[in-house]
Amino acid sequence: MSPRRTPAPPPGELRDSLPFPKAAKIELANVQQRANLRHATHTIRAKRAQVVGELDDWEALRTAGAQIKDRVLRNLDDYLEQLEASLTAAGATVHWARDAEEANRIVIDLVRATGQDEVVKVKSMATQEIELNEALERAGIAAWETDLAELIVQLGHDRPSHILVPAIHRNRSEVREIFLEEMGTYGEAAPPDLDDEPAHLAAASRSHLREKFLRAKVAVSGANFAVAETGTLVVVESEGNGRMCLTLPETLISVVGIEKIVPTVEDLEVYLQLLPRSSTGERMNPYTSMWTGTTPGDGPQDVHVVLLDNGRTTALADEVGRKALRCIRCSACLNICPVYERVGGHAYGSVYPGPIGAILTPQLRGLGSKVDRSLPFASSLCGACYDVCPVKIPIPELLVHLRHKVVQEKAAHHEVHAETAAMKATSWIFADSRRMEAALKLPSFGGKVLRGRLNHFGPLPYPASLWTTARDVPVPPSESFRDWWARERGGQR
Amino acid sequence: MTSAREEILGRIRAAKQDLDLPPVEVDWVYGRTTGDPVHRDHAQVVDLFVERVEDYQAVVDRAGAAEVPGRVVAALQRYGATSVVLPAGLPDDVVAAIRDAGVEVREDDHLSPAQLDEIGAVVTTSAVGFAETGTIVLDHGSGQGRRALTLVPDIHVCLVRADQVTTDVPEGLAREVDSIRAGQPQTWISGPSATSDIELSRVEGVHGPRTLHVIVSEG
Repeated sequence: MSPRRTPAPPPGELRDSLPFPKAAKIELANVQQRANLRHATHTIRAKRAQVVGELDDWEALRTAGAQIKDRVLRNLDDYLEQLEASLTAAGATVHWARDAEEANRIVIDLVRATGQDEVVKVKSMATQEIELNEALERAGIAAWETDLAELIVQLGHDRPSHILVPAIHRNRSEVREIFLEEMGTYGEAAPPDLDDEPAHLAAASRSHLREKFLRAKVAVSGANFAVAETGTLVVVESEGNGRMCLTLPETLISVVGIEKIVPTVEDLEVYLQLLPRSSTGERMNPYTSMWTGTTPGDGPQDVHVVLLDNGRTTALADEVGRKALRCIRCSACLNICPVYERVGGHAYGSVYPGPIGAILTPQLRGLGSKVDRSLPFASSLCGACYDVCPVKIPIPELLVHLRHKVVQEKAAHHEVHAETAAMKATSWIFADSRRMEAALKLPSFGGKVLRGRLNHFGPLPYPASLWTTARDVPVPPSESFRDWWARERGGQR
Repeated sequence: MTSAREEILGRIRAAKQDLDLPPVEVDWVYGRTTGDPVHRDHAQVVDLFVERVEDYQAVVDRAGAAEVPGRVVAALQRYGATSVVLPAGLPDDVVAAIRDAGVEVREDDHLSPAQLDEIGAVVTTSAVGFAETGTIVLDHGSGQGRRALTLVPDIHVCLVRADQVTTDVPEGLAREVDSIRAGQPQTWISGPSATSDIELSRVEGVHGPRTLHVIVSEG
């Protein structure tokens, strides 16, 4: 076997990750990561709130953002055919991929047809989702991530933990160490006197990637939006690495989820106001690129678009679940989420972490793995995610809906589910007043003993452990309501 | 064997069978400036544009139309640019002033990425500005060059006429819709290249031009 071209990611498949409560427990013990995440999420929340507050019509924009996506989803087949026709007319070649494997094979074949053995990549969630980099590596093609955070993740033999800022779990001194250690193996080394100033770290990535940009013949991107009427693709970015990839190479391959469509050019005025303010908390991101097929004398002349399903049509078939397909990948729901802030992105076992990941991943991958069945429960249902969502995805509603599906799935496989077991026991007790009396006395006895010493219980033994491994239980009161009533009102009816 | 295309479209048609409903209405009026700025006069819109572009750590220079060539030369000298690439269609007086100042002028005769990387600066015109977001739009028409020209050199001097400045994204995009429909690429620039990838603290200057110098001309 020939040696690897690019840094190896951690071993194992994402979907075989530990279920969320177990993974969360491990992540919570990482004190450095919790400090990094707390700092980062609080910074971005404040920036977002400020720039959103500047727009008087923010709520109207959110409503329009949701409606336009709903319109697209309702007639997705028509819009896809329209997009295919306009892309083809503009000089692009359109490919369709049912799943990750098919998409990866298409990209590998397209790269091989150019005779090249490396590609530069624009940050793209779709290509993360299909694990394109590893598929290319297995085919002997090196894929270089060029977004700074993706570069930190790739060089760090790590996995992304955030949609927008995949290296959010790393602080500046960790980034410095990764750069010093790894850059030289894969290209221009970091200067030996590199310190941990973010500006100097960014400069190191500029010189490391420069030679890769200048020699690249093939680039792979995703797209934030695909305009059906014109075939225009849009990429929103900050650093200029996107522009380098979209402009300098001869061949450009874009992997685009089928839900990325907007109907018309005018619709972009809604999303290009919603997205930057929701994601980086800026009035506008530094660079937005739009291209329509090929342009003679400007940019790649060999342009391909791979339209990716990979579970999206399954989500579309669920009349509640399909609302998750409105998502424009801004990550505002991650940044606001009290659960994400504490456990970070890796515990979600998916390239889509946080609240949106908890509703998107189990729909795209199905409920076959333990981690996917645990994700809809990775929330306290506080609702902050809905409040900040620029396309008004009712995330708590979808979480509850998917919890129901998980319970049904488990019942079908005779698996014990905590709530189901508890509810069964409760209904047996509630059905008889003597059982009820007796049951109420039990905890109050415990309550009398424990009150004043403890406020809550930690984990309890099985079967209560199904509930208490991830939750505290308050110590019961020393007297039940029935006892109090009997004492105070002398058993009046 | 069914093709991927037929299978995906078939799945979508099966998925939406519960949807015997009219298309979703969209309650949005397109191309209209939003909120308060609609009442501003144009001078205020230009002031806001300047303020917001400066917010991104770009340098903004306001000039009368006749002063533009001199300001361009001054900017190139200020940053120590010894070579500059000039796209076709740049105003003649600007080109003449740069040549007279002794800066090495390169024309874009199919320069490779590596050749562009040797050039210090680029001077271009622009298509539209959005005041509220401090955004400059290039539609890569005459005077703006192909996309790589405003990307690889490290200094971008960009000319914006006051009458090109619109209030916000909806008003500005409306001016560019025809160009996009005609297939022209677009580059929207809001300050110099930047990143917030390390601890979410913003750093200007990564891969795109690290210096953005904007000359806003009036009259």
